[in-house]
Amino acid sequence: MKALFFILIFVVIATAFWQFFKLLGLFKKEQVASEKENNINGWLMLGLGGFIYGLMLYSMIQGKVVLLPMLSASTEGEHIDNLFIITMGLIFVVQFITQFLIYYFTFKYRGVKGKKATFYADSHKLEMWWTITPTVVLSVLIIYGLWTWNNVQDLSNAENPLIIEVYAKQFQWEARYAGEDNQLGIGNVRFIKGINTMGVDMSDLSSADDIPVRELYLPKGRKVIFKFRSQDVLHSAYMPHFRAQINCVPGMITSFGFTPSVTTLEMRDNEDTKAKFDAINELRVERGDDAVEFDYLLLCNKICGSSHYNMQMKVTVVEEEDFNSWLKEQKTLAQVINQ
Amino acid sequence: MSDHHHKETFVTKYIFSQDHKMIAKQYLITGMFMGVIGVFMSMLFRLQLAYPEQSFTIIEAFLGKGGEGGQMTPDMYYGLVTIHGTIMVFFVLTAGLSGTFSNLLIPLQIGARDMASGFLNMISYWLFFLSSMIMFISIFVHTGMASAGWTVYPPLSALPQAMSGSGLGMTLWLASMAIFIASSLLGSLNYIVTVLNLRTKGMKMTRLPLTIWAFLITAIIGVVSFPVLLSAALLLLFDRSLGTSFFLSDIFIQGEVLHYKGGSPILFEHLFWFLGHPEVYIILLPALGITSEVISTNARKPIFGYRAMIGSIMAIAFLSTIVWGHHMFVTGMNPFLGSVFTFTTLLIAIPSAVKAFNYITTLWKGNLQLNPAMLFSIGMVSTFITGGLTGLILGDSALDINVHDTMFVVAHFHLVMGISALFGMFAGVYHWFPKMYGKMMSKDLGYLHFWITAISAYGVFFPMHFIGLAGLPRRYYSNTAFPIFDDLLHINKVITVFAIIGGLAQLIFLANFFFSIRKGKKAVQNPWRGNSLEWTAPVKHIHGNWDGDIPEVHRWAYDYSKVDDNGDLWGGQDFTPQNIPIRDGEEEF
Repeated sequence: MKALFFILIFVVIATAFWQFFKLLGLFKKEQVASEKENNINGWLMLGLGGFIYGLMLYSMIQGKVVLLPMLSASTEGEHIDNLFIITMGLIFVVQFITQFLIYYFTFKYRGVKGKKATFYADSHKLEMWWTITPTVVLSVLIIYGLWTWNNVQDLSNAENPLIIEVYAKQFQWEARYAGEDNQLGIGNVRFIKGINTMGVDMSDLSSADDIPVRELYLPKGRKVIFKFRSQDVLHSAYMPHFRAQINCVPGMITSFGFTPSVTTLEMRDNEDTKAKFDAINELRVERGDDAVEFDYLLLCNKICGSSHYNMQMKVTVVEEEDFNSWLKEQKTLAQVINQ
Repeated sequence: MSDHHHKETFVTKYIFSQDHKMIAKQYLITGMFMGVIGVFMSMLFRLQLAYPEQSFTIIEAFLGKGGEGGQMTPDMYYGLVTIHGTIMVFFVLTAGLSGTFSNLLIPLQIGARDMASGFLNMISYWLFFLSSMIMFISIFVHTGMASAGWTVYPPLSALPQAMSGSGLGMTLWLASMAIFIASSLLGSLNYIVTVLNLRTKGMKMTRLPLTIWAFLITAIIGVVSFPVLLSAALLLLFDRSLGTSFFLSDIFIQGEVLHYKGGSPILFEHLFWFLGHPEVYIILLPALGITSEVISTNARKPIFGYRAMIGSIMAIAFLSTIVWGHHMFVTGMNPFLGSVFTFTTLLIAIPSAVKAFNYITTLWKGNLQLNPAMLFSIGMVSTFITGGLTGLILGDSALDINVHDTMFVVAHFHLVMGISALFGMFAGVYHWFPKMYGKMMSKDLGYLHFWITAISAYGVFFPMHFIGLAGLPRRYYSNTAFPIFDDLLHINKVITVFAIIGGLAQLIFLANFFFSIRKGKKAVQNPWRGNSLEWTAPVKHIHGNWDGDIPEVHRWAYDYSKVDDNGDLWGGQDFTPQNIPIRDGEEEF
């Protein structure tokens, strides 16, 4: 009923507008732009151009503090960041020039009575230039982009990688380390039973030494290869600080790899991180929430149901020896299940 | 045919009309109705994103049990974003835009009495109406509307256990889309046949206005790609109701293993995006065609690089069908495939750049008549560039990894296709309103509409890039679960304020539109002093478009400000309509 009430209010407002327009006589006058209106709108368009520039600059300066730390937490991510900076630079140059031309021309050539426009319909030379220039620039971007992509995606020649399975389900993450043999036991939803929540086939010889966990620990400087499975719907494993993302697809194993290069403690000391967390904590304290410290995160980035927005797992990067001693303390799957 | 006047009843004239002009208006009004719902939904979910913990009476009033206590539930939020996307992409910017302007302009600009098949055209509209109504009804079903995102990826969309919106709401969504696709195919086939066969004498393909080129190519990509979505929708229906396993495999949900085996959701993604990407251009190309026409007319200058424009439309259309994989870089498909799609995707930047530069050169040294339609067209070129440039990041597989499915994507596509196409649509309505209703729209309200809309469009979508670069995923009901997103809240508030202002500004447009139909100033035959054939038709709508013979065409549509050897304007005016024969000593361009 309340909805009807709101709709009624809209109708009343609309009717009021109607009467108002009638009074103003907006509909009676000449409806083609006059010289005066060309002039006003020409100036306003120049202003709109200014507004867009202002918004860009303001967002770039004020927006910088909210961004992810500029420091990539993985070695592979550094190439992605370089490519990103080059592409962004290019975008800003092109954006600044083209927007200037659009709004400046609109202002400069705003209609004047009796003025003649220049009949200028084609120029092969110009057309050639603005076909060739983007082609050359894009070739560079494409080549660098493909090189980076292959570099990130190629997991074939990693030396002694750490293998971890990340398992997604509505609405939480689980994980299992491959254990001593560095091989994951086979998993399938048909093996899910009781405490064996990831559906690991315990008759597979590689399964017993696997280590199930609820939080990820990663060693700095060693390549980690993740294998992803999903139990129910699509999920996406997104670790923004490592520049890493891949979907988890039911019925299929996907993989992604990177070498962590910054420990959690080191990242907490990073200037960008500090600035961002200072700002965050200021807001939190103001609201009466507890202050927080930086932690790496794995979050779900593919809509997976009603609690999709809160599907996360903490990731901690530590020095390799700390990692090894942490891993030793964890119980293997055989221990957990036979408990 | 024009002499053959049979008596029209109310029903045959206004409801089951076979006249392309009436059908165009029906498409426009239906599209506007759906647009109001789509935009209103976006205002509601923007409230949720900016003020996640506050309650609003308006939310409680409109969302019922999904908004109890004034706060919307996650399921309601996902439903709203899903239906907002579906409505805006398909019902407003595909049917509302193409359906309106292809129907209105194709016969009028090529010099035809009507569409090749008026009957199919009527069926096409009524199928669209039916699908709109089914989609509208699906909002109100008690298990909730479809809410798996407008891309409806299975298994989420296939299993009612996974999400309550995947019950009846999703079935209705699929039924509505299947009917929509049938409507779109009938329309597209009609457009293609009409353009190819019914052009008036002298209307060579190389004399067609760019609007017609855009509509023709759009219809061709529609015919090529929409059937693939139909197959995806049907297979998904089979998986849902007949227990097949096209897209499903190895699923354990709510304590039980489901029987599905051997299917793959990735297959659905391929089928979906095989339409989904060309769809972007199905939306955008008509808008680009409209702006070409409006900018040239109001700049009093020929469009720069007419042939290059046609070439780039064709290049974009061709490339658009082989780039769908760039929506799937992180799905786990073979990285080599990712490389190929990166290559083809970035190539699209070339014809797009050519188009952008051609528009800018058209403005150069013009005598710009800044009518509302012109402002929207220039605004469209601006948002097309701003939004298009970030495509260089998203189309590059390596860079896409870290921004995929974040708010950065949302900002990108809203600017490059949402806002650009909407601006193109507004430009079209302001420009051809006199042709549709024989009245003029108020320019003052048009200006007001443009200024508020343009500023809020940038105010909404420019800052949104930054929250995306901060790693904020799209489709998060609330950002409060992650402390790292706490500092984005104030940006979200700015965005929401602009979104609400921008949304309300559309009421100015609606008021202007409907008031002008009734009370607008009477239009003259050629108010914008344009060259194309529709302005040679009488203001009053007659069945068959022209009294007497259809005009013959002798030149292209862009002879604006053409001068003779002495530098004087030909015929003493700055435009020469297409039906004026080439004069002595004049060279055809």
